[in-house]
Amino acid sequence: MTTPNGHVGHHGRNTADRPSAHDGHVGEHGRTDDPWAVLREATRARVALGRAGDGLPTARELEFRAAHAAARDAVHTALDADRVRAALAAAGVGLDVLEVHSRAPDRTTYLQRPDLGRQPAADTQLPGGPHDLALVVADGLSPRAVHEHAAGTVAAVLDRLPGWSVAPVVLAHQARVALGDPIGAALGAGIVVVLVGERPGLSSADSLGLYLTHGPRPGRADSERNCISNVRPPHGLGYAQAADTLVALLQASRRLGASGVVLKDEGTALPPGAA
Amino acid sequence: MTVRRTTLGGHTHEFRSLTDVLAKATPARSGDVLAGVAAESQAQRVAAQHVLADVPLATFLTEQVVGYDEDDVTRLILDTHDGAAFTPVASLTVGEFRDWLLARAAERDEVAISALARGLTPEMVAAVSKLMRNADLVAVARRTRVVTGLRGTLGLPGRLASRLQPNHPTDDAVGVTASILDGLLHGAGDAVIGINPATDNPAQTIALLELVDAVISRYEIPTQSCVLAHVTTTLRALEAGAPVDLVFASVAGTQAGNRGFGITLDQLTEARAGALALGRGTVGDNVTYFETGQGSALSADAHHGVDGPVDQQTLECRAYAVARHFDPLLVNTVVGFIGPEYLYDGKQVIRAGLEDHFCGKLLGLPMGVDVCYTNHTDVDGDDTDVLTLLLGAAGCAFVIAVPGSDDVMLHYQSLSFTDVLTARSVLDLRPAPEFEAWLARMDLLDDAGRVRELTPDAPAARTLLAAAR
Repeated sequence: MTTPNGHVGHHGRNTADRPSAHDGHVGEHGRTDDPWAVLREATRARVALGRAGDGLPTARELEFRAAHAAARDAVHTALDADRVRAALAAAGVGLDVLEVHSRAPDRTTYLQRPDLGRQPAADTQLPGGPHDLALVVADGLSPRAVHEHAAGTVAAVLDRLPGWSVAPVVLAHQARVALGDPIGAALGAGIVVVLVGERPGLSSADSLGLYLTHGPRPGRADSERNCISNVRPPHGLGYAQAADTLVALLQASRRLGASGVVLKDEGTALPPGAA
Repeated sequence: MTVRRTTLGGHTHEFRSLTDVLAKATPARSGDVLAGVAAESQAQRVAAQHVLADVPLATFLTEQVVGYDEDDVTRLILDTHDGAAFTPVASLTVGEFRDWLLARAAERDEVAISALARGLTPEMVAAVSKLMRNADLVAVARRTRVVTGLRGTLGLPGRLASRLQPNHPTDDAVGVTASILDGLLHGAGDAVIGINPATDNPAQTIALLELVDAVISRYEIPTQSCVLAHVTTTLRALEAGAPVDLVFASVAGTQAGNRGFGITLDQLTEARAGALALGRGTVGDNVTYFETGQGSALSADAHHGVDGPVDQQTLECRAYAVARHFDPLLVNTVVGFIGPEYLYDGKQVIRAGLEDHFCGKLLGLPMGVDVCYTNHTDVDGDDTDVLTLLLGAAGCAFVIAVPGSDDVMLHYQSLSFTDVLTARSVLDLRPAPEFEAWLARMDLLDDAGRVRELTPDAPAARTLLAAAR
């Protein structure tokens, strides 16, 4: 099947790892004499839930609903720009912060019209460059991920890029990854990195993805991007680990003058553990 | 192109082509808006349905939606059309065909309905479905019979099978096995034990095939396995002598869409021949498995026809023509997976699930449904309950089930094993007969034939749990 939201991963689907589905119930099945524990310990899948007749026991049903509710709320939370600005400042990011909106006026439209989320609103004005790099913080499908992880990630990336000219940070509302193309082009950036809230999973509602595109301009294909998925400490990638990988990709991309599949093939040029 | 018009409520509506009529007659869904083909008002939609009702079925044999010369799916559809099977309805319009189907369904004339399959084209079936309400789709599908088999028999009346989907984020053998055992203990897996591999390479695919084959052999389970790798990977596994029961592919309704999936009809023919040659069937020789879903052509920018973009439901039906050509054991639409830009909410997903099931079955497919949703779609368990129970009433061959509704590899929600138990219980449906007999042999059924709620020290549970250790 095709990917639900354009993320590139195994089979074109986001298969980022995540913690146990039973995180909230550690110890509940701690009895070593419970034979079902054999199944539970073997996988993060929701096995051996028990039954109430032909349905699920109430506790299991409510546990599932809580996970789904968190994921749904993460999608429909509005991006709080003031909160992100404050977090960037607190993390020591000294760059100016600008805001843009896509052509999708609201969440309902955004979810049904990905094409509008890839284009800047008509009145968008951005200062020209040139810059080596532009960072776009996009709400994507999880504004919650941006609230919680964007500032820490941006700070860790900037710490590792002495000597790079970096454009003002752009906060983008109702934005898809490809909105970084026109924004990066307008800012005169050699490379754009879009930090975007990923489609929430049932137990990972706050996962941030980083998409690198060399020579941003409208019309770039997804195959011309590189992706680091699941930035989400402490369960997923940490900020330092993600920044190390991203900076290695940035340096390789600048050297090659390209990104995407071509850059992936250069994997051996990355530092150990970076890929 | 023939312009068609009608007057409704004093207003004249004009449609520039058959493609336009089909699109505008389609019940509302986000994907058709995204493609720019949807009706612009409710009145225009109903006007298009009026026009469509008067189109003779035979028109679809001469007036193409996707061009014959440009598209190998169109060539497959028209070159394999069975004129004799078409005869009983050859003189009808689309509207009259709806009436004919409802009359045969009311008479419970399964033979008359089911015999049409090879005489119908996807466009005819899509057209009539657009005039039908949800209950019409259920009523006719219930009286359409498609029976297939490999080591179990699927599609018999009064049965609802399930695909046990034991996916794991790293294809870990122990993790996959745990999910398989959990499913078997819930009476799931009679349609297939089918894994989406996290990594699509021949070595991993072969390892998973051998893993499931070992479980099936150890407990002598009358079911089949599938690793849903790309067909080129399955071809490699076949060359290596792996135990391949079923060749899998995602298919689309246009040649460009199939190119997007990286498949050709020749590859599917070759892989099917390879699986057939293994002779692994006991009750039948259906050795292919296909997945589809409305919107897949649009998402690959492969939705264009002779008059611009084609609506997603008509293209979905054309994918069934591809599947039909390879005599599948199983076909399912993955109805809620693709996202809100194609099917926005529960109403649209339920409608699409019933359409896909009806259309696939009428075209002669052993049709199942992955009743599922992602977290950015406005769908929840109440919606999947409605669709599942309606599909059970409609005689759906199988549904997909994962532990606790949570696919920890693909990150979406499908049905849980208990959802299948509920549907069987509410609608008095039973597993596939060979699998049901196996469940009884394993002492997994109670006196009333229902899957027992086991305590861990029950002999059956102990036997199966031994495999996890």
